[in-house]
Amino acid sequence: MVSAPRSAIVPHAILIAGLVIVLFPIFVAFVAASHTLPEILNAPMSLVPGPHFLSNTIEALYAGTVKTSGTPVARMLFNSAVMALAIAIGKIAISLPSAYAVVFFRFPLRRTCFWAIFVTLMLPVEVRIMPTYRIAADLSLINSYAGLTLPLIASATATLLFRQFFLTIPDELVEAAKIDGAGPWRFLVDTVVPLSKTNIAALFVILFIYGWNQYLWPLLVTDTPAMTTIVIGMRQMIGNGDAETEWQLIMATAILAILPPTAVVVLMQRWFVKGLVEAEK
Amino acid sequence: MATLTLDGLRKSYNEREVVHGVSCAVADGELVVVVGPSGCGKSTLLRMVAGLETVTAGTVSIDGRVVNAVEPKDRDIAMVFQNYALYPHMSAYDNMAYGLRMRGMAREEIRTRVERAAAILQLDGLLERKPRQLSGGQRQRVAMGRAIVRDPKVFLFDEPLSNLDAQLRVQMRVEIKRLQQQLGTTSLYVTHDQVEAMTLADRLIVMNAGIADQIGPPLELYERPATAFVAGFIGSPAMNLVRGRLIAAGVEVAGGVVPLAVAGGRGEPGRPVLVGMRPEHLEPAESGPLSVRVELLERLGADTIVHGAAGGDGIRLTARAPGGFAPALGDPVALAIRPEHIHLFDLDTGKRL
Repeated sequence: MVSAPRSAIVPHAILIAGLVIVLFPIFVAFVAASHTLPEILNAPMSLVPGPHFLSNTIEALYAGTVKTSGTPVARMLFNSAVMALAIAIGKIAISLPSAYAVVFFRFPLRRTCFWAIFVTLMLPVEVRIMPTYRIAADLSLINSYAGLTLPLIASATATLLFRQFFLTIPDELVEAAKIDGAGPWRFLVDTVVPLSKTNIAALFVILFIYGWNQYLWPLLVTDTPAMTTIVIGMRQMIGNGDAETEWQLIMATAILAILPPTAVVVLMQRWFVKGLVEAEK
Repeated sequence: MATLTLDGLRKSYNEREVVHGVSCAVADGELVVVVGPSGCGKSTLLRMVAGLETVTAGTVSIDGRVVNAVEPKDRDIAMVFQNYALYPHMSAYDNMAYGLRMRGMAREEIRTRVERAAAILQLDGLLERKPRQLSGGQRQRVAMGRAIVRDPKVFLFDEPLSNLDAQLRVQMRVEIKRLQQQLGTTSLYVTHDQVEAMTLADRLIVMNAGIADQIGPPLELYERPATAFVAGFIGSPAMNLVRGRLIAAGVEVAGGVVPLAVAGGRGEPGRPVLVGMRPEHLEPAESGPLSVRVELLERLGADTIVHGAAGGDGIRLTARAPGGFAPALGDPVALAIRPEHIHLFDLDTGKRL
């Protein structure tokens, strides 16, 4: 083996250090998830994985903990997945056509429409949370998937990103399509969407993780165990003194909670890389 | 096969008129080139014909049908853009086939047409490639192919060769000419390159600040430019345009007196005029009416371009001499010109006298 050139040693050292910092807590969570509760509470906790990972995970997935009134983690994962997917897909589905309208069409009050969308950027969910809650309550959206997702779908970020991308599409391409006889709808489907593929993939990743990590809104708008999301669920599992905190199950849940976002990133990253390579030239 | 008629075509943007009434009839199968400097309104003119800009006043007719209010796709035209405007995510084949699919043409017919166009344009074997995998010249051909497969009544070219390097431009220029003759499709071609315009055109429209200064065959424009602008724009190196004064014996210009072909009839003696003399018509002579001191030589092999100063008031003349002609810098050179090669223009209006 030829030893690595000197110049490669420092970057690798930095990368490995970063990796250790990021991975160590996850490793600890994994170890804790593989022991029984007494083993965890018997300080110092062993850093060698134990034999109970599978059984703990299965228990969390299908039975839940006492603290969450027995809501199985599988149910929470499902709720979170529905919420994250609905937010990601809903936002893209709304913002793509609205950006298309703002960029490619001349209609009265176009500027006003754009600015109206733009201004909502300055009003994130946290700022308008009370009125939003009131509306959701009046529309009886409490404890429903619509209530969980609809208020979070309405936002301007994705519209702005698509608008910026659409502005880079040359006018001549639009004109060529006009002469080719492609109407606005066909131009959107045949040209704009295929060209936006990588942007859509990037947004999907960002929005999925945004939806998955929501805490405040689900906390307000849901109160039945059946509608609990994984993030809320984990918070509920941590006891307040009435009963033992089942750390081995919480840690197993944490590991489970990491998996879907990771999967989304890994799957979509292929698209990123492909998009980056294709954008060359 | 079709005719294209522009009648008093005007275009204004917010009260500001940029095309001031252009009329021209393009005959069936004719290639008319619109040429002019940037900002002269030539592209706007083409875009009005394509239907990409609304017409402020006047009419565009294709085959006698006024198409002012007709959508671009229904005008039966095809356009080749400067940056090709190929769909980046589609293969060359799909780029050419797209317009046909939009018209609901049968798959087999599309295949036949695209393959025929590909054969004409030597694109066989490249049809599966995406635009980014093609060279500039190949992309240009795909853009042409997209126009050809439609078999339209009128081809519109918007500076199609501007993005190519010089060598390829000359080659594609010839190909376009050949193709247009072969297909016999009525064409309107916009360019700012006067050489391209001269070589391609059956007839030329020289645009100057929104006005068609002159419309005619290339050689007529070269031999009898209607305005000083056309005179200076057509021909390379550009025509010498210097101030002069009519006198009884001819015209007094650049410190010499040059006889005129037609004595009188071009204005009373004493009238100041603009005198145009093409460099290729100024010939070094033993003794000429004009004399310059050589300032710079451009030796091109076949020709030598002589840049010289005439008289004392900084008038500069350019002359095209044979390749062997090699005076030293600072030497005086006598130049002669035949009377019929003198062009005279009104000093104020620029109109030919």
